[in-house]
Amino acid sequence: MTDIVVHLLLIILMPPLLLGIIARTKAVFAGRTGAPYLQPYYDILRLLRKGSVFSGTTTWVFRAGPVVTLAAIATAALLIPLGNHPAPLAFTGDMILFAYLFGLARFFTMAAALDTGSSFEGMGAAREATFSCLAEPTLFFALVVLARLTGSLSLTNMLTRAAAGNWLGTGAAMLLLTGGLFIILLAENCRIPFDDPNTHLELTMVHEVMVLDHSGPAFGYILYGAALKLFVLGAFFIQVALPFKTGVSPVDWVVFIGTMILLAIVIGVVESIMARLKLIRIPQMLVAATILSAFAMLLMLR
Amino acid sequence: MTESLRTFHNGQAFPLTEIPFLATDDFLQKLVDAVDGGWRVSSYFGASAGETVNLYAILAYKKKGLLGIMATTVKGNAVPSLTRLIPQLHLFEREIAEETGLLPDGHPGLKPVRFHRSFRPGHDAWGREEGEPILPGVMDFYRVEGEEVHEVAVGPVHAGIIEPGHFRFQCHGEEVFNLEISLGYQHRGIEAGLAGGPHPRTLYRMETVAGDTTVGHTQAYCMVLEALGGMPVPARAEVLRGIALELERLANHTGDLGALAGDVGYLPTASYCGRIRGDFLNMSAVLCGSRFGRGLIRPGGVGFDCSHTQQDDLLARLDAARKDLTGAVDLLWNSPSVMARFEGTGRVDTETAREIGLVGPAARACGLNRDVRRDHPFGIFRMSQIPVVTAPTGDVYARTLVRWMEAEKSLEFLAEQLRQLPGKDIRTDLKPPGGGMVAVALTEGWRGEICHVAITDAAGRFARYKVTDPSFHNWTGLSLALRNEQISDFPLCNKSFNLSYCGFDL
Repeated sequence: MTDIVVHLLLIILMPPLLLGIIARTKAVFAGRTGAPYLQPYYDILRLLRKGSVFSGTTTWVFRAGPVVTLAAIATAALLIPLGNHPAPLAFTGDMILFAYLFGLARFFTMAAALDTGSSFEGMGAAREATFSCLAEPTLFFALVVLARLTGSLSLTNMLTRAAAGNWLGTGAAMLLLTGGLFIILLAENCRIPFDDPNTHLELTMVHEVMVLDHSGPAFGYILYGAALKLFVLGAFFIQVALPFKTGVSPVDWVVFIGTMILLAIVIGVVESIMARLKLIRIPQMLVAATILSAFAMLLMLR
Repeated sequence: MTESLRTFHNGQAFPLTEIPFLATDDFLQKLVDAVDGGWRVSSYFGASAGETVNLYAILAYKKKGLLGIMATTVKGNAVPSLTRLIPQLHLFEREIAEETGLLPDGHPGLKPVRFHRSFRPGHDAWGREEGEPILPGVMDFYRVEGEEVHEVAVGPVHAGIIEPGHFRFQCHGEEVFNLEISLGYQHRGIEAGLAGGPHPRTLYRMETVAGDTTVGHTQAYCMVLEALGGMPVPARAEVLRGIALELERLANHTGDLGALAGDVGYLPTASYCGRIRGDFLNMSAVLCGSRFGRGLIRPGGVGFDCSHTQQDDLLARLDAARKDLTGAVDLLWNSPSVMARFEGTGRVDTETAREIGLVGPAARACGLNRDVRRDHPFGIFRMSQIPVVTAPTGDVYARTLVRWMEAEKSLEFLAEQLRQLPGKDIRTDLKPPGGGMVAVALTEGWRGEICHVAITDAAGRFARYKVTDPSFHNWTGLSLALRNEQISDFPLCNKSFNLSYCGFDL
């Protein structure tokens, strides 16, 4: 019971902190002080207090976009185990639901973008559709590998059992998987080198351009949803890459939070030392991720 | 070639009667011959003379360091267009059409430039009525028809804090077929306001023709006044002007290097250069109290002297800024991901660059070896040359590299000049411009060649004052750099040219 409460508290409260840590890390590399760690919380609270502007040419799809997106990601957050603790919701085959909740979120973001009729947003939606097609196979290959390793089709079992033992037994496969998943983590969360969440250049954006017309609380949901997505996929990645477990519940929570913060710092470092990829190179990178995870699967099946 | 031109050197004035006035056909033929013979068009403009229009062409010949002028009086309301033969004339001819109502016959894309009324009431190249409103950006844009071709319109209001301009892309998926740029949103009527000058406020207007090129434009204006009035400039003032010009170049090149890094999401260089740009601006402020060099350059000399303490202060600041800048820019060259973005993006080949008449760093990045400081030296650059830097590839990488190497050369120049300020006088007495004269001054602003031409009436007032900002030559370059490029690379290409909107709009 305590674990479920902690799980809920973490998925509600922690996501924006990751964004704050990434921003702070980047600031350090750039020789600046940077915004406070809690800035993303202030931003979201500020947006929630604002009014909204809706264009007269949009329909209910535009308004539904942010809400459905946030709801889908929040549901996915209930399916993912954090640290060594089982997820609040777990059943056989929930990994398929997990993957397609993200698909649903993406579909509604893109539909809302297309609903505005703006040429920028249409371009962004086209880019998002192309890239997500290429990113999805990686996730599924990863899930197949984990299912095979653990003999289970439920995320809780797949991830909590993917413990250090796996690394000893099938290190090569796990290494490939980690590489593929890290690329997907950055790409799905619109981080550099795939997208620049801080850019103001509408012609180069992928995700940001799709939400240009949203304002006020709706935009707050989008920001929060993006943070939550980073948190959920980050937790998934951490389970595979750094499966440190002690078996003592409070210690495991601390370890989990610590590794998530470490992950945010690593993302911040990657963003600081790399430039964005040329847009036509992104698919190549995503295919590379797919190949990595496909090889991981081959190693498991041989 | 030179027989039909009145040749002269940069910053010279001479009586109007010495300008060869040719018959229009002869004039156009000579213009084509001159460009074929290696002359470049620095400026080409019309001035109304009663019921007719006089066309003046200012040409530059690098090999001999000469400038040339010739003119013609056009009878009637049309003149054959030369754009198909000399592509670098296309904007000049549009400008002439807009300002004088003179129709360039056979111009392939005759559209307004700045969307204002003709300087000659009753003569409008597009037949617009007197009361009809003229709105910027309202014109027939080039269109590509067909399935899967889509149009993206950007601006005039942009997401960033930049100047207003409208960009129309004809795209096929992510690929750009054509980019058309429509400016004029910042037209303030500078040229119209200069007629009848120099007024007391003319100098302040010149300082803000393009706010980031204060020194470049003010220097050109002062050279024109000094030539017209026959004022010598003290050596010390010439050195201080040179120092201000190079500080302006450094500040802007540094800002551009940072902005280029920022556009590809490479934060360290972006942040550092943002600060170091401020260091260079502050050095201008040490000279004259204004970070943009306003109030420093004055007709006949400079407005502020530089004491020994200031010299030492500047040298110390220069040294610190050089170290910081080198470190920040080295990060760029050492990041493969940054180089991958810069190399091969937004390419303009040398021949195209020559044909459309690019100037400044954008031209030098295409392998064109042209720089007013060396080709038509003025002020201190007659004594102390700065080596010209070129790069052959014509892409974003080349434009970045040229900026950095120019910054290095400017740093060396400043360190040398600040150690040896000559003489004592900083300003000579103002003399009024002579009547019935013409003066031409070229300077190398940080964006490239700035051309000011003044024609005075019998009383010594400006009958026509023509300002040509380097951006006027270079906007077409940006448009061509985008051909068959990814639309997502537009911001990067745009930043690599970093052209002025207000300098163009005047």
